[in-house]
Amino acid sequence: MVVTAEVLRDKLLKELEAVHVEIEDTSPNRCAASFKALIVSCQFEGKPLLQRHRLVNGCLAAELKEIHAFEQKTLTPDQWEKQKSQ
Amino acid sequence: MNNLIRASVRCLRAGSAAGYPSMRLPAGPASFTAARLLCAATDMQQTLGEMVKKDKVVVFIKGTPAQPMCGFSNAVVQILRMHGVDDYAAYNVLDDQDLRQGIKEFSNWPTIPQVYLNSEFVGGCDILLQMHQSGDLVEELNKMGIRSALVEAK
Repeated sequence: MVVTAEVLRDKLLKELEAVHVEIEDTSPNRCAASFKALIVSCQFEGKPLLQRHRLVNGCLAAELKEIHAFEQKTLTPDQWEKQKSQ
Repeated sequence: MNNLIRASVRCLRAGSAAGYPSMRLPAGPASFTAARLLCAATDMQQTLGEMVKKDKVVVFIKGTPAQPMCGFSNAVVQILRMHGVDDYAAYNVLDDQDLRQGIKEFSNWPTIPQVYLNSEFVGGCDILLQMHQSGDLVEELNKMGIRSALVEAK
């Protein structure tokens, strides 16, 4: 399986009911397949950071085995709106 | 510190091998090897359990605090340095493939670096950075009896 930004985006949109996903392929900056993701989902509501990240990790478990590095920023829709207005 | 870990892992592996009789088990050599590997893996999980309890701040990184071998591991080292935390245990996963794989299973976390505070898994570089930016890290350190260098002296 070749992991691409599209593959990751589709999975996150579907399984986490994400309202907004931005995936950046940071592989050129690193030695191997690496991605940076911004994920906005209601499913993060009320969850501390670690739980949010574990939720994402669970969703992308198969893909994470293939890639070298993964950065993630997890926001609720409210946090996302607030960040946009700043 | 890393040499100590390597030595202890070697001892554990040798110990588990010594528990098996020198004659071959009737089931065949393949299962014998598998059983021995399983035992070593279980030992690693146990060792990791002890490692994260031994020190208040424990990190698993690529490289060493003096010479990190990856940008994310370096970020963890720099953040700790900023807070004046210099007394912590840092384990180099590049030294030991079993450690590298073992800690991922132990924490149920797919990447390195990994940070443990007070024996509890905190997360990777992303989470530590966000905690640093939000002020949560100062608070967590404070709860552990560590005064962050970033707290202004009153």
